[in-house]
Amino acid sequence: MNKPVLQSPNPSATTPSTNSLSALPPAKAAAGIFAAYDTPVFFCELMRRTDEMPSSLRTVRDRLAGFDLSELRHRTSTAETQLYRLGITFTVYSDREAIDRILPFDMIPRVLTASEWEHIDRGVQQRVRALNLFLRDIYHERHVLRDGIIPASLVLGNPNYCEAMVGVRVPGDVYVHINGTDLIRDSSGRFMVLEDNARTPSGVSYVIENRHMMLRLMPDLASGMPLRSVEEYGLKLHQTLCEVAPEGVTDPQVVLFSPGIYNSAYFEHVFLAREMGVPLVEGRDLIVENHRVYMRTVAGLRPVHSIYRRLNDEYLDPLAFNPDSMLGVPGLVEAYRRGNVTLANALGTGVADDKAVYAYMPRLIRYYLGEDPILDSVQTHICAEPEGLAYTLANMDKLVIKPVGESGGYGLLIGSQATQTELDEFRAKLLEDPSNYISQPVIDLSVSPTLCPSGVEARHVDLRPFALTGKNTWVLPGGLSRVALRKGSLVVNSSQGGGSKDTWVMAR
Amino acid sequence: MTQTGTRFPAMLANLNTLLSRYGESMMWLARYMERIENLARILEVTEAFVRNPDGSPGWDSILQINSDEERYAALYALPATEDNILAFYITENTNPTSIRAMAHMVRENARSARPLISTEMWMQLNIFTQSMMELSTPDIRRNGLSGLCNRIKQDCQTHFGVTEGTLYRDQAWLFYLLGKYLERSDQITRLIDIRYHTLLPGGETFGSQLDLTQWGSVLRSAAAYHAFRRLQPVTTTPANVVGFLLKNEGFPRSLMLNLRQVESTLNALSTHYNLRHQCGPLQERIINLRATLEDQTAEDIISRGLHEYMTYIQDELSALQAEVSVTFWPAAPVITRQKALSPE
Repeated sequence: MNKPVLQSPNPSATTPSTNSLSALPPAKAAAGIFAAYDTPVFFCELMRRTDEMPSSLRTVRDRLAGFDLSELRHRTSTAETQLYRLGITFTVYSDREAIDRILPFDMIPRVLTASEWEHIDRGVQQRVRALNLFLRDIYHERHVLRDGIIPASLVLGNPNYCEAMVGVRVPGDVYVHINGTDLIRDSSGRFMVLEDNARTPSGVSYVIENRHMMLRLMPDLASGMPLRSVEEYGLKLHQTLCEVAPEGVTDPQVVLFSPGIYNSAYFEHVFLAREMGVPLVEGRDLIVENHRVYMRTVAGLRPVHSIYRRLNDEYLDPLAFNPDSMLGVPGLVEAYRRGNVTLANALGTGVADDKAVYAYMPRLIRYYLGEDPILDSVQTHICAEPEGLAYTLANMDKLVIKPVGESGGYGLLIGSQATQTELDEFRAKLLEDPSNYISQPVIDLSVSPTLCPSGVEARHVDLRPFALTGKNTWVLPGGLSRVALRKGSLVVNSSQGGGSKDTWVMAR
Repeated sequence: MTQTGTRFPAMLANLNTLLSRYGESMMWLARYMERIENLARILEVTEAFVRNPDGSPGWDSILQINSDEERYAALYALPATEDNILAFYITENTNPTSIRAMAHMVRENARSARPLISTEMWMQLNIFTQSMMELSTPDIRRNGLSGLCNRIKQDCQTHFGVTEGTLYRDQAWLFYLLGKYLERSDQITRLIDIRYHTLLPGGETFGSQLDLTQWGSVLRSAAAYHAFRRLQPVTTTPANVVGFLLKNEGFPRSLMLNLRQVESTLNALSTHYNLRHQCGPLQERIINLRATLEDQTAEDIISRGLHEYMTYIQDELSALQAEVSVTFWPAAPVITRQKALSPE
């Protein structure tokens, strides 16, 4: 069928365009950019060593091998400029200044095969089911405590245990609507859960923005690959929040509740509000009257039904928790307890992603679901228990010792990398407050080829898939792959020199 | 079906969910961008065309336009020197009317409204405000004032163009327009007031032929020079210039045109978004204000006291802004009626 061409005043102004996609870099002989790549003892996400390489991975590897380093570096710097311009940044505060930083982006994707993903998807769903059943139980009947599955002191004495939630029914019995499960792989390639993030897990915006960046800057790598899409997340999140709105509300008003423009994750809040098409509110935009929540609009007050809150429990409501919080909304917690508004995630979920409770997760999964855990956990010694403490003290140089209340990779000790002085100092801290610590064996984290100053080298990675739970649980295909950019480092957190990669889940 | 229904069918269900804070941010985003553009233009024109009786650039007049004399005197010695004026208006953080301080305000408002504005708007503002906040005195020296001012004007105009081309048309857009037109109205009255009295300090007759360069600079300060030339090819009199800037219906920065735009923006808010109750008093105020302009010729205004009339307009615009704030983003929100009725 003939279509009229676009009009132009001067026909010679249009020149035939060349399709850059057809000009793929020729695959070079040998291993190209991987010629010097070496993964001493670790499981490599791209190269594998234990089994035959799946064909999807082979295609990615061969295409990558054909690039040259200077081209990859050029595209990396283009990506970084774009991230700054787009404001895909997190804010770091120094003494006087607010500095916008980007999360360093590595051009070499982390690839998961269809069968690997199927395993993770099932495992994450199982875990989220167990977390929700556990939370419902401890805030109501407490069967799990009476049956002696987990020590009552660990739950009821936990700083994140929330008295205000006792006996409060939440829609659909869902507590953890948004969950991030941190996964690692050991040297045999086995996936293991490192920790659950059941409070306000962050990072999902990078999953989607990394994909956009990848498609813009590496079209020749992604072309024709059967990638699972990550575009649905905003829609699914909105749908989830509508599903858990208070009973009887037909057209729920959803909002995203952010601490505001000075929060380091403000970009992600903006991103998610935009993807859902809902207002991003701050505390001063909300008001509680008669135990109902309203937002202040130009036409007056409008009711709010579902709140995706990106503030920790203690800042939500100065009447219920921290009276000094300027970020919260007075009366919000009481409105929530009365069932007039839904908070996602629920209050008091922090007790479930606690590092000590983590040690009991395999048992909790069996207890609530009658199933074996699909995803393994890392063997964990609880220093609050005498045998756990004794084992930890005797094996400090072989263990990773973590404070239970911290996140972001702060305050942990990696025994094998510590000096004798550091070990001695940590031993003193440990003895002073044993119940604040757990210990785990050092896992030889898997590696992924990463563009480094001296070429393509192996760097350690983890994976955080995001699961949404309303009427059902849905897991975003892929997740955030974080990479420890420093050679040999096992800490992938952005606050500690970590970057990120696009995560490709193959549809077949 | 009513006209409103046919024009905005999809919005009727979800009419009024614009957060007050967003309305406020959009309005001030537009006001500050407009103000930066105006200041850049005035700085450039002053350097090139505005002269004191001794022939030196008339930097003092900028202080008068912005009512900044006191704040300036607290920081620098008088009379104003070029270096100090440029520092005060471009890089001085503690002066809220400096380009750097205003760029900071733009940035904060843009961050606040970021969930609402287009990605293209955000990206351009992000780059622009970052570069303004990094401006230093050597930058001014290196590029020359005129080069810098031209770049700033262009960045502002790019912003207005990107916004026009990408911002979704709902209440947020209308609050943005309200800010833009109010700011233009205010700026033009300040410019006319000060330049007129600088050029005619002794109250010379307003019909006489005068220094064309100086009066040309008044027009240039409002980007009005060529439009005026097309309309008034032969005579440039103070009354002609004042009349053009105040009452011309086709010049985008004239007071008349901007008051009309404020009015039609309020009309749109009122009818398309069911805000009649809120907009009524505001509409009345702007209609009255416009009537005072329609009822007088430029000669009338000058003979009755140009300065007094400009001050009156500025006071009225400021009152209108205050009333918009109280109406749409009150400090203490008005409790809705249905809640008083709810039994709980």
